[in-house]
Amino acid sequence: MRLLKMRASSRLLLVGGTLIGVMIFLAVFADWLATQDPNSMSLELRYDPPSWAHPFGLDENGSDVFAKVVFGARVSLTVAFSVVMVSLLVGLGLGSVAGYCGGRWDAGLMRSIDMLSAFPGFLLALGLVAVLGPSVGNLILAMCLTSWTGYARLVRGEVLHLKEKEFVLTARSLGATPLRQVVFHIWPNLVGPVLVHASFALAGTILAESSLSFLGLGVPATTPTWGALLNSGRKIMLEAPHVSLFPGLAIMTLVLGFNLFGDGLRDFLDPRKTVE
Amino acid sequence: MISFFTRRVIATVPVVLGVCTLTFMMLHFIPGDPVDIMLGEQATVVDKDALRRELGLDQPLHVQYAKFLTNLASFDFGRSLYSKRSVGSELAERIPATVELGLAAVALALMVGLGLGVIAAIRQNTWLDHLVLAGGILGISLPGFFLAPLLVWIFALHLDWLPVSEHGSLAHLILPSVSLALPFSAILVRMTRASMLEVLREDFIRVARAKGLSAMKIYSKHALRNALTPIITLVGLQLGALLTGAVVTETIFDWPGVGTLLYQAIQSRDYPVVQGCILFISLTYVLVNLLTDVAYAVANPKVRLS
Repeated sequence: MRLLKMRASSRLLLVGGTLIGVMIFLAVFADWLATQDPNSMSLELRYDPPSWAHPFGLDENGSDVFAKVVFGARVSLTVAFSVVMVSLLVGLGLGSVAGYCGGRWDAGLMRSIDMLSAFPGFLLALGLVAVLGPSVGNLILAMCLTSWTGYARLVRGEVLHLKEKEFVLTARSLGATPLRQVVFHIWPNLVGPVLVHASFALAGTILAESSLSFLGLGVPATTPTWGALLNSGRKIMLEAPHVSLFPGLAIMTLVLGFNLFGDGLRDFLDPRKTVE
Repeated sequence: MISFFTRRVIATVPVVLGVCTLTFMMLHFIPGDPVDIMLGEQATVVDKDALRRELGLDQPLHVQYAKFLTNLASFDFGRSLYSKRSVGSELAERIPATVELGLAAVALALMVGLGLGVIAAIRQNTWLDHLVLAGGILGISLPGFFLAPLLVWIFALHLDWLPVSEHGSLAHLILPSVSLALPFSAILVRMTRASMLEVLREDFIRVARAKGLSAMKIYSKHALRNALTPIITLVGLQLGALLTGAVVTETIFDWPGVGTLLYQAIQSRDYPVVQGCILFISLTYVLVNLLTDVAYAVANPKVRLS
C-alpha cells in the first residue's frame, strides 16, 4: 500500500531500480548461480522443458538455458555500461569544450555530429562488426562511434546556457580558470540531464547489442548472449518455446528497468510534471 | 521558404559525401587482406589477382576512391561476388518488398500511435490512460526480434490463423508489419500523449471551450493540429530506426527485401553487396531526414524564418 502512496516518479525509480538490480545481481553472481556450465552439452536431454534441475529448461544442444541467461546478462551489461561510460566521457569532454569555447571548436564539433547522426547508428555498428569480425571490443567500439554524439549535443547546449549564469560569472570574476568553471561550477548542474540520457541510452544499447548478437554479428559465437540464444530458439519454437521465451523476457526486463528508471529520473528532476 | 529549402539541401551535400566515404572505407577496415577473406585462404593466386583487379584493390587509394565516386554517380555499385550480377539490379529487385513492409508498418504505427495517444490524453489519469501508458513503456522495451517469434508462435503455429515467412498476400504482411510497427507505435503513443496534454492546457483551448465548440471539434481541429508539430520530427527520426529495424524483421520472416539481402551478403562475405545495401539504407535515411526537416518547416513558420 505504501507503494501506491508514493510520488509517481519515486515509484518509477523504485520499480526500474529493482529490475536493474536483479539483473546486475544475476550478472555479478553468474558463476555462483548457474549450476551448469553454459556450454556443456547433453544431447539426450535436448529440448527438455523447465524443471527443478533446469529452471529455464534445455536448448537444442542440451545446454542449460538458465546458465546461458545469467551469463548473457553479464555480456549485455558489460557491453552496455562500457559503451555508455566511454560515450558519456567523450561527449562530456567534447560538448564542454564546444559549448564553453564556442567559435571554430563549436562549429567543427557540431558539423561532425551532424555528419555522424546522418548515418543510422545501428547500421554503422552492423557494418563495422561485419568487416572487423565479431568480438566484444569491436562491438563496443562500433557502438561508441555514434552514441557519443547524443551526450555531446546535450552537454554543449547546457554549457552554452549555463556559462552566462550569475554563479558562473561570479566564479569567473573571482579568477576561476575556464577548467575550474566548467568542472566545479557547470558540471554539477549537468548530472541530472546526463543521467537521464544515460539511462535511456543503456536501454537502447542493450536492444542494439542483442539485435546484433541475434544476427550473429555481436560477440563470438562461443560467448552466451541473449540475442544468440533467442535466434537459436526461434527455429525450435514448436518443440521448445522456453528457449526463446526466457532470454526474450530477460532482455525485456532489463530494458524496461532502464526505461522506467529514466522516466522516473526525468519526472523527479522536472517538478512541474509531478505537480500535475 | 525557397531559401530555407536550398540551404537545407546544400547542407545535405557534405553529409552524403561523408556517408559515401564511410561506406568506401568499410572494405579497407577489414583486418588483413580483404581478398583472402572473401575467397578463403585456399583460393588460387590467379583467382585472387582477378578479384583484386575487379575490385580495383591493386590501385592506389585515391584512385580507388575517385573511381568509387564516379561509379556511384552513374548508379554503378559494383558486382556481387557470388551471383555475378550488378549490385544495382540486386537492390532494385529487393526494394519494393522493403518499401511495402515499411509503408505498412508506418501506416499501422501512425494509426495506433496517434489514436491511442490522443485518447489517453483526453482521458488523462483514468484507467484507460494508465493502460495505454503501461503498454507504451512495455512496447519500447520489447525487442522486435522477440515479439516476432512470439507472434509467429501464437498466431501461426498454435492458432494457425496467419501464414509465416512468405510474401505476396495481405495475410503475409500482417505479422512482419506488426512486429516492425510495435516499437514505433509505442514511442508515438508516449509522444502524442505528452504533446496533446501540453496543448490542451493552452489558453486557446479554453477559449474554444468557452465559445461552446463541441469536444470533437476542439480535439481534432484545435488541439491535435498543434500537437502534431513536434511529432513530425519524431516520425522522421523513427523512420530511420524503422529502416534498420527492418534488417532484423526481414531476416526473421525471410522477407525478400533489402534487409535480408544485407544479412545474406554479410553471412557470405559478399562485400560489394554489403556496401551497396548500407549505402542504399543510409542514403534513404538522409533523404528521409531532409524531407522531415522540410515538412517541419512547412508546418512551423518559426523554423524557416530564423
